[in-house]
Amino acid sequence: MAKVKMSKKATAIDMTAMCDVAFLLLTFFILTATAKQPEPLPVETPSSTVQVKLPDTDLAIITIGDSGKVFFGVKAPEVRLRTLEAIADEYKISFTEEEKKRFSLMEEFGVPVNQLRTLINLSAAERNQKGLQVGIPHDSLNNQLEKWVKAARNANAEVNEKQLNFAIKGDAKEQYPEIKKIMDILQEQKVNKFNLVTGLRSDNF
Amino acid sequence: MAQLDTGDSGGGKKGGKVRSKKQNSSVDLTAMVDLAFLLITFFMLTTSLSKPQSMDLGMPDKDDKNPQEIKIAQERTMNILIGPDNKVKTYMGQLDSPVEPLKDNKYGREGIRKDIQQKMVSVPQLMGDPKKGLIVLIKAHKESTYKNLVDVLDEMAISKVPVYAIVDITKEETALFDN
Repeated sequence: MAKVKMSKKATAIDMTAMCDVAFLLLTFFILTATAKQPEPLPVETPSSTVQVKLPDTDLAIITIGDSGKVFFGVKAPEVRLRTLEAIADEYKISFTEEEKKRFSLMEEFGVPVNQLRTLINLSAAERNQKGLQVGIPHDSLNNQLEKWVKAARNANAEVNEKQLNFAIKGDAKEQYPEIKKIMDILQEQKVNKFNLVTGLRSDNF
Repeated sequence: MAQLDTGDSGGGKKGGKVRSKKQNSSVDLTAMVDLAFLLITFFMLTTSLSKPQSMDLGMPDKDDKNPQEIKIAQERTMNILIGPDNKVKTYMGQLDSPVEPLKDNKYGREGIRKDIQQKMVSVPQLMGDPKKGLIVLIKAHKESTYKNLVDVLDEMAISKVPVYAIVDITKEETALFDN
């Protein structure tokens, strides 16, 4: 009887190509990933089951947290710059080119207009100290938030020729009237559609 | 698996010749590939998930000068009162002569969602017109939290309620939470 010989196969595979591909992909993902910026006002958003992503462009985010503090931020740096110029005109403050440039790099802020210059001249780490930024005044006597919203809308229309979208990012524990105030400010300017920033959960609760 | 083989295979000295050692050039890349793929997975997941979710909310035009009166059948309206301390109450119709009396409800699958989904089916049947569906009025107490509001709006999205509105709470309704 002839013995059937099993052909011996080498178990070692050449991993070089696989390794190359893996690292290529890795590099790609590392480079495309956007680093998360530290937030001056960290909020814990409530969760919902809706899976609509927040738009990337033409977006302004109003953050509400820490018992009614309001922060404001625009996504596009050029729009930020134009917004600041409009506000500077409105409140008769002049900013240097350097200050404007620094402002356009700020993700969001929450100080009254008269403290804005001090804030701009701080370093990024100092700005995010807890309790340093007191929030933008938005009561009926001194409604600076309204001015910011208006300025940002005009600026976006000028730069991108598009409507600016607004997102409200509220803390889960925030009281409803605080949110209502912000919605009213937006509605007064006929911004009737906005996004509520939420986390994700399953509908099994 | 490939391995580093540094042992000389010649064996013994032959004639005193200095032989350069043959080095095996293949390195075991398995661990490296493992690590690379792990990192790829991590970056892939974090890049797509880091984008926050959002919920669209459309409010009606605010026109103080000529407020419009919209008349709707009381059988179709469900009122959801969001109260302090995660309390929630619901009733159908009007408060003084409700179609279905006021009752304490709770958030989640077993509470408010069951009621809404039941009404989603029963209201068009009652009205005899599939277009006349449920209308939900959401009324938030001033001590309720934003989370409660989002929870209720989320219920609207889950049950696909066609018409819902956030309305100001009345004094009588606020008083319901006082005891």
